[in-house]
Amino acid sequence: MSIEVRNITKSFGGFTALKDVSVNIPTGELIALLGPSGCGKTSLLRIIAGLETPDQGSIHFHGADTTGRDVRERKVGFVFQHYALFKHMTVFDNIAFGLQVRPRKTRPSKNIIADKVHELIRLVQLEGMADRYPSQLSGGQRQRVALARALAVEPQVLLLDEPFGALDARVRQELRRWLRRLHDELHITSVFVTHDQEEALEVADRVVIMNAGQVEQAGTPEDVYDHPATPFVYNFLGNVNLFHGRVDQGQAKMGAMELSTPELAAVPDRPAVGYVRPHDLELERTYSDSSSVEAAVRHIHAVGPIVRIELERGDTFETMEAELTKDAYQKLALLVGERIFVRPRKYRVFVDDYQI
Amino acid sequence: MKKSQRHNVLPGFGLTLGYTIFYLCLIVLIPLSALVFKTATMSWGDFVAAVTAPRVMASYRVTFGAALLAAAINAVFGVLVAWVLVRYRFPGKRLVDALVDLPFALPTAVAGITLASVYAPNGWIGKLLEPHGIKVAYTPLGILVAMVFIGLPFVVRTVQPVLEEMEAELEEAAACLGANRLQTFVRVLFPVMLPSILTGFALSFARAVGEYGSIIFIAGNMPMVSEITPLLIITKLEQYDYAGATAIASVMLLASFIMLFAVNLLQKWSRRFAG
Repeated sequence: MSIEVRNITKSFGGFTALKDVSVNIPTGELIALLGPSGCGKTSLLRIIAGLETPDQGSIHFHGADTTGRDVRERKVGFVFQHYALFKHMTVFDNIAFGLQVRPRKTRPSKNIIADKVHELIRLVQLEGMADRYPSQLSGGQRQRVALARALAVEPQVLLLDEPFGALDARVRQELRRWLRRLHDELHITSVFVTHDQEEALEVADRVVIMNAGQVEQAGTPEDVYDHPATPFVYNFLGNVNLFHGRVDQGQAKMGAMELSTPELAAVPDRPAVGYVRPHDLELERTYSDSSSVEAAVRHIHAVGPIVRIELERGDTFETMEAELTKDAYQKLALLVGERIFVRPRKYRVFVDDYQI
Repeated sequence: MKKSQRHNVLPGFGLTLGYTIFYLCLIVLIPLSALVFKTATMSWGDFVAAVTAPRVMASYRVTFGAALLAAAINAVFGVLVAWVLVRYRFPGKRLVDALVDLPFALPTAVAGITLASVYAPNGWIGKLLEPHGIKVAYTPLGILVAMVFIGLPFVVRTVQPVLEEMEAELEEAAACLGANRLQTFVRVLFPVMLPSILTGFALSFARAVGEYGSIIFIAGNMPMVSEITPLLIITKLEQYDYAGATAIASVMLLASFIMLFAVNLLQKWSRRFAG
């Protein structure tokens, strides 16, 4: 079932959590809402679920307006960050809850419920734990129970609020791969909220990046990582080097570095910021052209397959970070303190919105 | 001594345990054993006769019956008060919250006199009830009112923290799974609250059984009708029948202990999920 979020605005007291947000979620996709804390991603998820009502705008499930509909009728599965399991019920009863509370007419028989619950327990790999209480489970197991409980009512949409936020790093990684596989099996339209960019990029079909109550960019993980639409996205996804300078009619000048920016040809003399990923910095022993800048090697972190090199620019004394493969690093035979030329292979220049 | 002795950050286990036992003996066990010793001066026949006299039996019924009922009433309405205090914001909430503790703080005699005068046939509330043929003061009903009054804070104060800790997410989760409001309360919220309600019930009951000051003013103290057991003990003491008094007292002690023990078991059962 597809979800359409149309022009949602929501404020809490004086704080505007969401400003005119629109998102389209096609049937069967796994979408990540990604952003720093306080960006409104959880509010958006709760509005989709019906746990919160928007001030303006509407939510459409499969084209039908569901904005005014009660949570109970929306058929959404919701997984909470802190599991929200019923502590006084066993794993079995937790999962069966959604089926047991159905009105008598639509409630399946006891045997059918039991079969279904055991099937779900198998699905979330918790065989033999049906009679345990949540307090006897680990965090990862609890979250899987929560997921099974949400799936038991056969929701048309699965919403997960920072599902792995309370787990430690290893369990997190395991569980998110497992979630991806589960989604590939079930093909249920899913939305999950996270502030962890790695998690979002690894698991989701598409990523919606939010900041300060607005959508910054939406696209596939490759798309948003390789072609960030805004400075915020550049900053938020992965490491990035910033070069401050000015842009004038398609030519950006940042210290001694000159970059051509044909996409900004119409911009008259303005402050600008260049964004370059560490792995897009080329290190050379010889000066090649005006996009090169001289820098001194300050530190070399050579642990692991990627070598990180901290550089200090010779012209502005700003710090930069470059990433090389081990091969490239060994070929260059860099030493700390050496002077070298740095040239951005790929870059993006944004006009600084800040105006005097 | 074993080598694998555990080392605590703060030393002094022996000292503190010794102190604890000594203190408990001094404050609790010695007085209670005196009760038993004094009772033991009676012969078994005298003892049985003293504790099963019709007037005494009637007082048990009044005391334990009213205390049980009062605790049950408090369990229901105390939860309601706690719920309102935790869930809603309203002007004067802090004041209401403080009022709940008043029965704790008020000298019981003051409470007794106040209740007696309010519920007397010419008192504020008694005046309104009189025409309907409801008499509160100087009847067993008056005892119940006094016991409800003094027991209320116990339930409120035990349930309140549990309600405060309860995550709103539990209700949201239940709603997402399609549970209606009644189902959410009965199946999700109530079981979580139950252990604390039982604790409050037990405390309220124990207090009501032992209550003296606030009841005797409103009870009327008619033998066989509205005479509570603690009053009977006082009466016996005033007649210099010490053994008779301690005999009744030891029965009360035993009954209270059994009740508390039963409620403890019930509580343990209702907490079985805590793991």
